Amino acid sequence: MGARNDKKGIAFTFPALFLLGFSIILPFLAAAVMTLTDQRMLSPNPTEFVGLDNYKRLLSIRVQSVPPVLDDAGTIQRDAEGNIRYVRSAPIERTSDGLPPYQELGVFSIGNSRYVVQVRDPIFWKALANTFLFVLFVVPFQIGAALGLALLVKNPILGRTAFRTFFFAPVVTSMVVVSIVWAFLYNENSGLINQILGVFAGGGVVAINWLGNETLALPAIALMSAWQGAGFQMIIILAGLQSIDEQLYEAARLDGASEWQQFRHVTLPGLKNTLTFVVVTTTIAAFSLFVQVDVMTQGGPNDATTTLIYHAVQSGFREQDVAYGASVAVVYFLLVLGVALIQRRIAGSAER
Amino acid sequence: MRENRMPAPDPEKQNMRNPARQGRSGLCSFAVIRQYGVATLAALLAVAVAPAAAEPTEMSLWRHEALTEELEAGLASIRRFNNSQSRWRINVETLPQRTYTSAITAAALAGQLPCVLDLDQPVVPNFAWSGHLRPLDDLLAETTLGALSDGAKGAYKDRIYSVGQFDVVLLLFSRRSELQRYGVRTATMNDPYTADEFLQILRAIKAERPDLFPLDVNSKDGGEWISYGFSPWIQSAGGDLIDRQTYNDASSYINGDAAVRVANWYQTLFRERLSEEKTVDNQALVQGRSIFHYTGSWDAKRYLDRFGDDLVFMPPPDFGKGPKVGAGSWHWGVSTSCEHPEGAAEFIEFLLSPEEIAAMSEARSLVPTTEAGANASRDFGVDDPLRRLYEYAQAYAVKRPETPGYPKISAAMEKAFQDIKYGKNVNQALDIAAASINYDIRRNRGYGFKDEN
Repeated sequence: MGARNDKKGIAFTFPALFLLGFSIILPFLAAAVMTLTDQRMLSPNPTEFVGLDNYKRLLSIRVQSVPPVLDDAGTIQRDAEGNIRYVRSAPIERTSDGLPPYQELGVFSIGNSRYVVQVRDPIFWKALANTFLFVLFVVPFQIGAALGLALLVKNPILGRTAFRTFFFAPVVTSMVVVSIVWAFLYNENSGLINQILGVFAGGGVVAINWLGNETLALPAIALMSAWQGAGFQMIIILAGLQSIDEQLYEAARLDGASEWQQFRHVTLPGLKNTLTFVVVTTTIAAFSLFVQVDVMTQGGPNDATTTLIYHAVQSGFREQDVAYGASVAVVYFLLVLGVALIQRRIAGSAER
Repeated sequence: MRENRMPAPDPEKQNMRNPARQGRSGLCSFAVIRQYGVATLAALLAVAVAPAAAEPTEMSLWRHEALTEELEAGLASIRRFNNSQSRWRINVETLPQRTYTSAITAAALAGQLPCVLDLDQPVVPNFAWSGHLRPLDDLLAETTLGALSDGAKGAYKDRIYSVGQFDVVLLLFSRRSELQRYGVRTATMNDPYTADEFLQILRAIKAERPDLFPLDVNSKDGGEWISYGFSPWIQSAGGDLIDRQTYNDASSYINGDAAVRVANWYQTLFRERLSEEKTVDNQALVQGRSIFHYTGSWDAKRYLDRFGDDLVFMPPPDFGKGPKVGAGSWHWGVSTSCEHPEGAAEFIEFLLSPEEIAAMSEARSLVPTTEAGANASRDFGVDDPLRRLYEYAQAYAVKRPETPGYPKISAAMEKAFQDIKYGKNVNQALDIAAASINYDIRRNRGYGFKDEN
């Protein structure tokens, strides 16, 4: 009986599996094969197989030591403050294998030795770093906000439904619209946020360049994304809160626990599964950051907000280098897969 | 009670009861078959004998959805063509402007381009190289092509693949009253601002009014605006984005002395806060937050309506070799898959007639591309308010590089200038742009300009 039910169960999944396979898995495999070629969007040249060239273009990274400047006698030269003077490394170094030249990504020093990190595609590495940074910002922002909002609307206060609606409204608004509005809010000279801050600063002019400052741009986008997405997680956490047994709270109150202690020892443990789910979904969604960057900052300033998907779209569509854009997408997929597996492992082991 | 329910009426039986209703059963009658047969035979004979233009041949056309006036004028043109003759009938489909080029690229890949389509001039070589456009040298009359301004012809490897009814020029808009207030002279074609002079003017205004951003350069716009708006400055300085003989090498062009000089000038604008890093909208001149607006002539009508006589048109600053105003707006092309190229050619000839060019130019101050069209128009005739713009186009127009590699060149220049705006070292940014453009050219085997391939 069990085996027959299993077979029926599997049979029921066929339509969904077929759609998944046809519309997601198959195109992904086709794209992965395409990354081994030099396909361009519009081209009369026949597409040629180039092996792993696209990945070499994308992922090549090397570290070279930078020698100090020596004078004729062979002693190390120092500058006015006594620091060692190093040879200036060329910003662009060509190689003879037909791939793009190496560019400087950054330098670091260990003791008296200096090293320069060179990559063929600095934008990819910056995009990778930005994507991780964005995840690190947005997950706590968004889940913290969602948890707070859920706690606020959990109790039957007046207007609870209205509040829930307002908190959820940003989720159903198009991200493009949200980005445009927030771009206005964040504007350095005419933005509402700066004007409000100016009121708090005693009427002075506060001209923080939110989207034009390399350090502030990504957190600003993360704040906005958290605002937009919090409502969705709020609903899920609300459901989790409502599933916590009321008797546990009663018992805690009888034991003399304060609000904060109740929160720490009843609410949070009860929400563990919900929070795990919410963290995983928010993380995976955060990796695919694109719309906000495309509308608000176009990857700037100086690649401070460029992300993996933005880089893929720029390469594939704007520059028409489809095979290369697909390579970025394949790397992105492997990354998200890896992160999801790690998170599952952590959540799974915590349960035991 | 099921038995008492009336059976559903039978359509067959109904028809037999009513012979006037010619249902399926009606056809079974021999007399009717004979009747139909005679009628069909007669119709076939009529069609065979009648002139071929009994039914107009349908042709598909795609265009981008421009702002209302421009779109209305375009659709009206097509209606006039359809009504003026009975051989061809054009069916229009409009696609949203922002994603238009991506849409027609996708259609090209799928082999589903319409017969006639409009394209943004810089992408024409890309489509031509990929074999999606027919050359127009053979389809259009020589006199027609000869009357067109340079910016109205989209070429690739010395053959013309697209033509435009109108063009756009870049210029400086300002207000006479504001110029007088700050004691700034009005630039003219004979005596444009030099780049140094203009920088001094902006600095002087900023010193007097630190709250203003004297020059508005549409800094909230990225994408094609960067290359379209600022490569003419490089050409004005005597340089270019790429070598236009072989389209093979960008180094010493996009990172050459002229480009470096222009990029430094551009960086100065933002470093000294003479321009806003990211404008919030395009109302700066109107609201008095800027004194000069460097933008395309598409805004001429808006400003003319707003400021009237107070408005002044001025050529862009001269970086050494005379001001340059850009060229090449929306063009019309014929796809290789079009089955009726002669119909498409007739349509395009119609569009390029003086009356049609004049009608199009009235929507949104679009600069006519022929002398006859300008003189027939309301705004660009010899004494008309926008004639100056037509003269700028004749004197100063330079198209962007006509190579299939242009998307990459535009993207590379955009990245370089955006980074430069935020303070990156100019030489480094331009060197990186040159290297990436050259890599792209090699990867695409010279884009068809090399003889071996």
